Amino acid sequence: MKCIIIDDEATARMIITQLVETNAHLELEEEFSNAMQAIKFLNQNSTDLIFLDIHMPDFTGFDFIQTLKNPPNVILTTSDKSFAIEAFEYECIVDYMVKPITQERFDKAVQKALNAKPKPATPTPTTSTETPSEVNKTENDLYVNIDRRLIKIDLTSIYLIEAKGDYIQIKTFNKNYTVHSTLKKIEDKLPDDLFLKVHRSFVINTKHIIDIEDNSVLIEKDVVPVSRSNRPELMKRLNLL
Amino acid sequence: MKEQPNLSYIHQLSGGDKTFENKLLSVVKRELPEEVETYHHSIAEENFVEAAANVHKLKHKISILGLEESYRFAEVYEEELRENENIRQEGFEEILENMLSFIEQS
Repeated sequence: MKCIIIDDEATARMIITQLVETNAHLELEEEFSNAMQAIKFLNQNSTDLIFLDIHMPDFTGFDFIQTLKNPPNVILTTSDKSFAIEAFEYECIVDYMVKPITQERFDKAVQKALNAKPKPATPTPTTSTETPSEVNKTENDLYVNIDRRLIKIDLTSIYLIEAKGDYIQIKTFNKNYTVHSTLKKIEDKLPDDLFLKVHRSFVINTKHIIDIEDNSVLIEKDVVPVSRSNRPELMKRLNLL
Repeated sequence: MKEQPNLSYIHQLSGGDKTFENKLLSVVKRELPEEVETYHHSIAEENFVEAAANVHKLKHKISILGLEESYRFAEVYEEELRENENIRQEGFEEILENMLSFIEQS
């Protein structure tokens, strides 16, 4: 089985590398000190098994798993026993090893991965999978009721929608519209391939992202917060180099 | 009597491979002071939640050096910091000193 290691601690990576090398079933492809590097790798490559640390700065192991469309088998490595229940909510997680990991415990976990149903090690999805019909969908217009007038807005011109109490503010390149509605209602009218809720108060058009820094997105001149729970879905949409 | 760090786990892991042992120890020697410094920084800033994450990371080094009692102490301390309290700092500092002086001599 081809495998990769993701752990921000060099000591941990070295120990797992040693354990991998002494197991005849495994072939180490790469090791990564953070999840972002691993996502980039999996955009271009496949693997059969991931040894994944849960506690990493910015992006936890669970966040990482959520960015994978069809995750391969995962063995979690952690210094914390308390995540065991959460871990087994993910079908791809075949075992959970508490550090320090012994060879015996490691081999047992690998055996579980071997016994588990093989999963396609699919890279993270990119935005280049739009079908013609999906593209057409983005050409639809949206009519909003403002002062008893139905005003047409080109969906592709919307770059940001912000919830403001009982209203939402729709920002386009030419004009901003304040509409009596909820974020949930407008979300249902928007094409999923273009728009994404990144925070409980913000929906963005991902085509107009300028850059992403830590927990925020710059879109036009607006800096929009990205909540922890929405970050994995945003990362999935990116065509990372 | 104070619990003493040891290399039992590292020996067990290496299967007698001295090159691996030395390499691993050199990584621990490099990483441990960095992690301790990060922890001290969080404490100085009174950012106890961040300090809890630092203690969490240090727990792996504590376990690698065979400090079982200290590991249990660190577990309790990590929880305490998460609750925004810092009662066991002195005891944890002793564990860190113990590890740093052992690593320096190894």
